[in-house]
Amino acid sequence: MDLVANNLSYKPDDQYHLNEVSFNFKEGNLYTILGRTLSGKTTLLKTIAGLLTPDSGEIEFDGKNFLKIPVWERNVAMVYQQFINYPHLNVFENIAFPLKQRKIDQSIINEKVMDALKSVGLLGYENRMIQELSGGQQQRVSLARSLVKNAKILLLDEPLVNLDYKLREQLREEFKNLFSKGLADETILIYSTTDPRETMELNGEVIVLDEGKVLQVGPAKEIFENPNSLKVAEISNDPPMNIIEAKITGNHIRFEGIDVEAPQHLSKLTEDGLKIGLRSSDIELNENGHEFEVELAEISGSETLLHLKRGDTKIIVSIEEVLNFKIHDKVKINFKVDRAYAFNANGKLASSPFGGLNG
Amino acid sequence: MDKLYIFLKYFFIVVWTVFVVAPFLWALTTSFKDFQSVNGGVTYIPWVDFEPNLEGWKVLIKSPAKGGVDIIEPYFNSMFVTCTASLISIILGTLSAYALSRYTFKAGFVKNNDITFFFISQRIMPPIVLSIPFFLFLSSINLLDSLTGLIVVYIVLLMPIAVWIMVDFFNKVPREIDETALIDGCNPYQAFLKVVLPNSIPGLIVAGMFCIIFGWIDFFFAFILTFTEVQLLPVKIVALNSSVTPWWSLSASALVSVAPLIIVAFIVERYLSKGNLSGAIK
Repeated sequence: MDLVANNLSYKPDDQYHLNEVSFNFKEGNLYTILGRTLSGKTTLLKTIAGLLTPDSGEIEFDGKNFLKIPVWERNVAMVYQQFINYPHLNVFENIAFPLKQRKIDQSIINEKVMDALKSVGLLGYENRMIQELSGGQQQRVSLARSLVKNAKILLLDEPLVNLDYKLREQLREEFKNLFSKGLADETILIYSTTDPRETMELNGEVIVLDEGKVLQVGPAKEIFENPNSLKVAEISNDPPMNIIEAKITGNHIRFEGIDVEAPQHLSKLTEDGLKIGLRSSDIELNENGHEFEVELAEISGSETLLHLKRGDTKIIVSIEEVLNFKIHDKVKINFKVDRAYAFNANGKLASSPFGGLNG
Repeated sequence: MDKLYIFLKYFFIVVWTVFVVAPFLWALTTSFKDFQSVNGGVTYIPWVDFEPNLEGWKVLIKSPAKGGVDIIEPYFNSMFVTCTASLISIILGTLSAYALSRYTFKAGFVKNNDITFFFISQRIMPPIVLSIPFFLFLSSINLLDSLTGLIVVYIVLLMPIAVWIMVDFFNKVPREIDETALIDGCNPYQAFLKVVLPNSIPGLIVAGMFCIIFGWIDFFFAFILTFTEVQLLPVKIVALNSSVTPWWSLSASALVSVAPLIIVAFIVERYLSKGNLSGAIK
């Protein structure tokens, strides 16, 4: 049972929320929609759920026109980024709600709710009111409510974004386990996120969305290794990929008075207006390196992010240890140019270290 | 610092309580006084300052033939009109408020906010402006001087209150809750009844209370739109007045007319303090 969309467009005001979006989702697979905020992720999920009607385009599920089926008959489930539950019901009643709506036998409901509670680790919380739970627990309840339905399509709209760091890590791990247990082989799982790391960890098929447009579709690894454009490179890396305006001539990359030897995959590029892309993790501190000035140093977790500047070129370097720097300190860095990407003047991928070429 | 705070707190509570309760105490004692005790200088304490009697109260239930005023029928009339009009206003008002909060309407330049304002504008207009149209309208459909006619008019007056309070309340209930209900298999009506409404009980209570209060205390329309067939309590109380002001029976009837509101307030207060107005939704 495939979920197929053709040229979905939605333009409620003067901006496209969805712009000619097409996809073909197959059952039993996990799809990750990666995009920045306001890129149209939620709109897309709501359109699939039936809460929004696109201005044009069509969605088919199992060969049937999905747009003609009202939300309440679509058998989809959705988890919102806000922790949405029914505040007037307790945990058990919340999870039982969709089953009661289907008029299922009470004993079966009890059994299914208990199963769902177990799978999200909330056994013993049945009689609590929603307001008494923490954010993470509330989100688990809404996950349990969407699991219990055995929906054919499970939509998760940035389910972890409003949780604190630790809980996010923990729930992400649990999600992965749930998903890999093969929720059911006939479920289509659609997970939207702004976080590239989450995308890579979930390791599903990725759809990169920006301003309502699909920029690239492919397995997570492919998106990571061969982003087809500057935009995708920005969206699929956190911190965003460093983009450096450089000249490549005669096997040398030159920018800001720095001259490094071009690796094989970049050496044949000769066109003008090339931009070099380099991940923040592919730059390292090195005493024999090139001198940059520290603009900002932030420590996040066990990482240090250095915002550096030299002339007009600004870059971000992430270092896997906690280091203290002051603003205007001078640091010396080296570029791992063999991992550099090249994008041509109109932003398309020209060469990647993983061999992917545009077109 | 703490002691000062506690002192000030109780000081203000006491002052405020005296301020609120004193008129009621005054009315209560007055209702047991006779002509002499009211007009012959200030008296406060029964059996000490004056000899209490039940004349003021008896007049209220005696039939006019025996020199009484009989407020029992107007009392029940008032209750019936107020409750019916409030109930209908709450039902209609809640439905319209939900529609205004969740769906987008557009007819030319008229949008949701304009519709909401139209409802509220019914209350902004001075009642006197509406009196003649109402009078002509009711007389044209033969409902002048009838309970049904009053109910119709009160719905016009009370529904804006319900709409106004409930639109605001529904706007605070996240839309995603309705959407989740739809996704969980409810059609829009079920989503409203099973999910949105149970989460709006505090709002419903507040709106209901306002409707009851405004319906119960209305004098103007009850005065203009009824004559002899039906009478409502406020009109009857005013009619008590004669060449000699009967302070005792006026006080008694004032207490009787305020009583239902006080009872309602006490019942409702429990619900309101349980989860404060916005507490239902985190």
